[in-house]
Amino acid sequence: MSLTSFLASPPSRFAARHRRQLHLAVPVVAALAALPFALHDVYLLNVLILTLLYAAMAQSWNILGGYCGQISLGHALYFGIGAYATTLLWVNHGITPWGGMVVGAALSAVTALAVGRLCFRLKGHYFSIATIVIAEIGLLIVHNAEFTGGALGVQWPIAGDGWWSLQFGRAKAPYVWVALGLFAATWLVTWVIEDSPWGYWWRAVKDDVQAAESLGVEVFASKMSAAAVSAAFTAVGGGFYAAYVAYIDPESVMTFRFSLLFALPAVLGGIGTLWGPLVGALVLVPLTEITRSYMGGSGSGLDLVIYGGLIMVVALARPEGLLSLLPRRSR
Amino acid sequence: MTETPLLEVSNVTKRFGGLTANADVSLTVARGEILGLIGPNGAGKSTLFNAIAGAFPIDAGSIRFDGHDITSLPCPARCALGIARTFQVPRSFDSMSVVENVLVGALTRRPKTRAARHAAHEVLDFVGLGSRAEASAGELTPPEKRRLEMARALATEPKLMLLDEVMTGLTPSEAREGVELIRRVRDQGITVIMVEHVMEIVMPLIDRAVVLELGRVLAEGTPKEIVADPRVIAAYLGDRHRAA
Ligand SMILES: Nc1ncnc2c1ncn2[C@@H]1O[C@H](COP(=O)(O)OP(=O)(O)OP(=O)(O)O)[C@@H](O)[C@H]1O
Ligand SMILES: [Mg+2]
Repeated sequence: MSLTSFLASPPSRFAARHRRQLHLAVPVVAALAALPFALHDVYLLNVLILTLLYAAMAQSWNILGGYCGQISLGHALYFGIGAYATTLLWVNHGITPWGGMVVGAALSAVTALAVGRLCFRLKGHYFSIATIVIAEIGLLIVHNAEFTGGALGVQWPIAGDGWWSLQFGRAKAPYVWVALGLFAATWLVTWVIEDSPWGYWWRAVKDDVQAAESLGVEVFASKMSAAAVSAAFTAVGGGFYAAYVAYIDPESVMTFRFSLLFALPAVLGGIGTLWGPLVGALVLVPLTEITRSYMGGSGSGLDLVIYGGLIMVVALARPEGLLSLLPRRSR
Repeated sequence: MTETPLLEVSNVTKRFGGLTANADVSLTVARGEILGLIGPNGAGKSTLFNAIAGAFPIDAGSIRFDGHDITSLPCPARCALGIARTFQVPRSFDSMSVVENVLVGALTRRPKTRAARHAAHEVLDFVGLGSRAEASAGELTPPEKRRLEMARALATEPKLMLLDEVMTGLTPSEAREGVELIRRVRDQGITVIMVEHVMEIVMPLIDRAVVLELGRVLAEGTPKEIVADPRVIAAYLGDRHRAA
């Protein structure tokens, strides 16, 4: 086979198309990384940080929900595990939040495997309901346990600012970069998985379990691996969030609301797609932050109503998410 | 030296609640042959395919394949040993392209996605779906979906293929192409068991036939013997009468 015909072979053309996504990601991430130099408004930087965090969380959720088709509505559990592991290790033992995130990720992955053992035999919405119940049980435990600080939560003590403590006083830019780094990591993992055996097995499991099995796909192992990866990254986000707000309690990291908020950007932007979570978060998070500041505190639940409505509109008009507005090839 | 059969189904019974879909079914399949599995609607043909492929556990009996007792092996392990099947109602992975559907099967023998993708394209060319490789699987027409079923199963590089009504709904010329395709599959050394209702299609193609009725083996023999067998004629006539 000559070189030109080799390069024109269908697998090579696919590889080139797949690589183009990477070439698209580099300037997108670079532009986002440069934003703190242009934006100095603390409120806007806060919105940016939350947008990137939710994009990363939706990207993590998408690995299990979008690619493997297991719709978890209990990812707040993994976020909480990451937030608490990071907080308690730092506050009680002086272990850097970076270490806490790694421990939280490992704990979360193990928890996800245990949840998977219990729940992956359940079909469709029974699985989703079970994940809600398990996350609520986790919330109750954290609420009532002593070592977690119970309902009062845990305050991060004032410590020296810097990358070691992940505390930056009033500066927001470093948090933008960490959130962006987390998003970039989840995006890159998704990108790699998309053209790896696991990526194809996960989608096969999502689309048709019986056909997948008949082609040699280990369905249970596929679901378990997707759950572990998804939960681990969600926990890193929880650890980051704890460091960012420097105070956590059960309500602020583990309620059902978060489980919804991690799924929504992916559903809005395009479930099971590479760019859906970021697109969804870019629309959803600024919108909710604006409605929150104009219409009062988050307690009203009005914001939930608004994006619930938004999701319904998209689901009816564009079930495949906002990305489906673009031509297929460019996605 | 007598060669051991590729597949030995011994006294297989499968019940759904009170209904016995397979009752004490025994049959053997030699390497390289095309066996026709025929019988009226509801005779238990698809159930037997499911039992051989491992889609569900059976209630009694045993199945040996290529020297292994596979009776209690899960479905993916049977695929790894070399059993592939198509589904009577085509199933596709609609979030993927046609070639990626086939790629999933190709991963059975190839751990690298690039090599699997390459193999998937080759299989698509073999079944005549090469031009649709990049289409979304959900966009295929029903006859194309049947070809995709064949391609996906072939991509696992099986020793045995179970083809469940792959010719249903095809025009006569498409069916002729289908017959040709099955011959080429056999020429690759793959043993085939096929379920088909249209006798004009199956009879010239198969080496031997097994007839199921009401979950039991009613008759077995060459196509000539089968079409002359009064019990088979009665079963089919009875079926027509019931249908009328
Ligand atoms: N999963 C199932 N649950 C309950 N009953 C079933 C199931 N699968 C098959 N049956 C029943 O078992 C009997 C045999 O069905 P099977 O599909 O094996 O027949 P078949 O010979 O393939 O028929 P056809 O030619 O119509 O495809 C039928 O009465 C059918 O209703
Ligand atoms: Mg059938």
